[in-house]
Amino acid sequence: MTSTALSQFSIPFLMGSSLNVWSEALAGFNLFGLPLGLVILAAIPLVFIALYSLTYGVYGERKISAFMQDRLGPMEVGKWGILQTIADILKLLQKEDVVPTSADKFLFVVGPGILFVGSFLAYAVLPFSPAFIGASLNVGLFYAIGIVALEVVGILAAGWGSNNKWSLYGAVRSVAQIVSYEIPAAIALLCGAMMAGTLDMQKIIAIQSGSLGFAHFFLFQNPIAWLPFLIYFIASLAEVNRAPFDIPEAESELVAGYFTEYSGMKFAVIFLAEYGSMFMVSAIISIVFLGGWNSPLPNIGPIALNDLTNGPVWGAFWIIMKGFFFIFVQMWLRWTLPRLRVDQLMYLCWKVLTPFAFVSFVLTAIWEVYVP
Amino acid sequence: MQELDTAGLGSIRVTRKNDHTVVIEKDLATEQMVLAMGPQHPSTHGVLKLECLTDGEVITQAEPFLGYLHRCFEKCCENVDYPAIVPYTDRLDYLAGMNSEFAYALTVEKLLDIEIPRRVEFIRVIVAELNRIASHLVAIGTYGIDLGAFTPFLFCFRDREIILGLLEWASGARMLYNYIWIGGLAYDVPSDFLKRVGEFVTYFRPKAVELCNLLTKNEIFVKRTMGIGIMPAEVAINYGWSGPMLRGSGVKWDLRRNDPYSVYPELDFNVPVPDGKLSVVGDCLSRHLVRAFEMEESLKIIEQCISKMPATEGFNPRSAIPKRIRPKAGEVYGRAENPRGELGFYILSDGKSTKPLRCKARSSCFVNLSAMKDLSKGQLLPDLVAIIGSIDIVLGEVDR
Repeated sequence: MTSTALSQFSIPFLMGSSLNVWSEALAGFNLFGLPLGLVILAAIPLVFIALYSLTYGVYGERKISAFMQDRLGPMEVGKWGILQTIADILKLLQKEDVVPTSADKFLFVVGPGILFVGSFLAYAVLPFSPAFIGASLNVGLFYAIGIVALEVVGILAAGWGSNNKWSLYGAVRSVAQIVSYEIPAAIALLCGAMMAGTLDMQKIIAIQSGSLGFAHFFLFQNPIAWLPFLIYFIASLAEVNRAPFDIPEAESELVAGYFTEYSGMKFAVIFLAEYGSMFMVSAIISIVFLGGWNSPLPNIGPIALNDLTNGPVWGAFWIIMKGFFFIFVQMWLRWTLPRLRVDQLMYLCWKVLTPFAFVSFVLTAIWEVYVP
Repeated sequence: MQELDTAGLGSIRVTRKNDHTVVIEKDLATEQMVLAMGPQHPSTHGVLKLECLTDGEVITQAEPFLGYLHRCFEKCCENVDYPAIVPYTDRLDYLAGMNSEFAYALTVEKLLDIEIPRRVEFIRVIVAELNRIASHLVAIGTYGIDLGAFTPFLFCFRDREIILGLLEWASGARMLYNYIWIGGLAYDVPSDFLKRVGEFVTYFRPKAVELCNLLTKNEIFVKRTMGIGIMPAEVAINYGWSGPMLRGSGVKWDLRRNDPYSVYPELDFNVPVPDGKLSVVGDCLSRHLVRAFEMEESLKIIEQCISKMPATEGFNPRSAIPKRIRPKAGEVYGRAENPRGELGFYILSDGKSTKPLRCKARSSCFVNLSAMKDLSKGQLLPDLVAIIGSIDIVLGEVDR
């Protein structure tokens, strides 16, 4: 792909060519017969996961909220405070590991672990580029929907094990919320799966590739796709407990919800799991509706922008950027909207989102059958 | 059908059908949980404690427990001279120190029966109204936080910061001013003060609209507050509510109009009262709207005061301050419209001492809070938070 684009129209200053050439060269790099280059290439997304969710998700949230609120945000640690989260983590690591006397110690300790694992297990099936996917399952999407539900167990364990009334409230609310919102979320994703005809993440993305860039994305292929797209976005906010659905951790009502009793590194683990989930749902929405690692730029006549900006490394760039865009929207909403009430949340789920999800499911089916 | 009640553990129903089968139905046993909300809960606005009896998320009963911030204000007053009480009044409603001082100064002036220079009156009204805006900004901002919106709070604090800067410029302190003295003021305002206040008024008008668009017009905000915690007007009057709380219930009662003091009779301003179009009269949203509209009225008052302000030549803010305050034997009750309602001082003088024999503060927050038990019955936990927020208590004044 790259070589044809280069031969047609070579723009040396565009990073596209150099990035792909560079990645291909790296992939072919063998040291003493070992495919070291491939290992490095595969490690790039993992480094990203670590960098993003362990540090810069939190930093981004703080900076974005600061700019929305006429503040500067963290400025002291490093230039523009970019090392703030690392400093925070170091601080949290040094803290005493407090387990309340009357807490259920096993559940209390294991809760954040399950939460963290549940959040990061879904990364296994996220394709970061055509060349990189942790586990290319043929039921990848199904797995991603399913594994998120593991978080519920962690939240319930944390909330119940804390032996705190506020934690219990938070946990019960959270379970009710996540279990409810999985239904519209899953149905909305099924619409995407129906358009693709597969549950394999890589195949879903591959179907959305083409020389016209964004025009091949499901969101722009099918006018009905906007409905499941919006439904999944709203439901995913609820699934990862983000505002306006941050009811399980509603700080003004439940102190801190299910993690009221947590401190030190256990608190950090819960926090990082939340940011992990945020990117995970953002990546899934961009995979199913916005073409995943496909470049949104179209080929315009002889200027083969699409060809130039596709490839293993570009793929990682695009999916991460699309994910970041949705994370930005999530943060934007969080710092703008008030919080819904529990009954309003359930109303929205069962009486608005779920019926509309079914409607969009049927409409998508009709579209897929009757529209070529 | 037979029904057996097993002492609070839910009832068991035994039904015999025609085909001699027996169906036993058992309700799930539920138990009410005691939930101590506060004194370290984030949305109790200080150190209020609410002991709630909850059935799931529904509050069946909520009892406020006070006294965590009790500083013996009234006892302290009996041991210091009249002017020395002024700094104590700042610490009642610490978000509206100027208004508290104003109410206290009015009361003692009533007892002493002294004439105040006109310029002093105007300056008092300006700083009191500025402080009212600042106080309402905190009320609105923290109400946003109670409902989960964090950004309006910081917008409010950004604008409040300017007011605090102005008041600091005039008095030397940001919150605990000790500026309005009995019979006068601590200092005249700085030379450019009125110009800067005028600039603030023009700056703040669009910001208030922005705040309204961000918070008050928000669909979720309206859904969370409309029809919640409805207080009928008669009940509100019986509880002795005052200020924005009473006006939120549809009673047009503002001491600046109904029991005018200082130069308020000369000023043109409205008393906003909900008409039931934007909200249900008496609900949380009405109380919020009253505060939001009152800020605009305060701006109007400030503008008029600036234009009507007498010249500064030969002005001494301390000219009418008595050298030694020893009132005749007698008692007096003076009151003023504070951002949170009627703040009244009852002062008893024995005629011999320079210290009051008794100084009682009638706290608006305390009276408003007394309706908590009624308001919270049968509400959901998030609604309880919305109701506490709409009462807009300052624990410094509740506990005194």
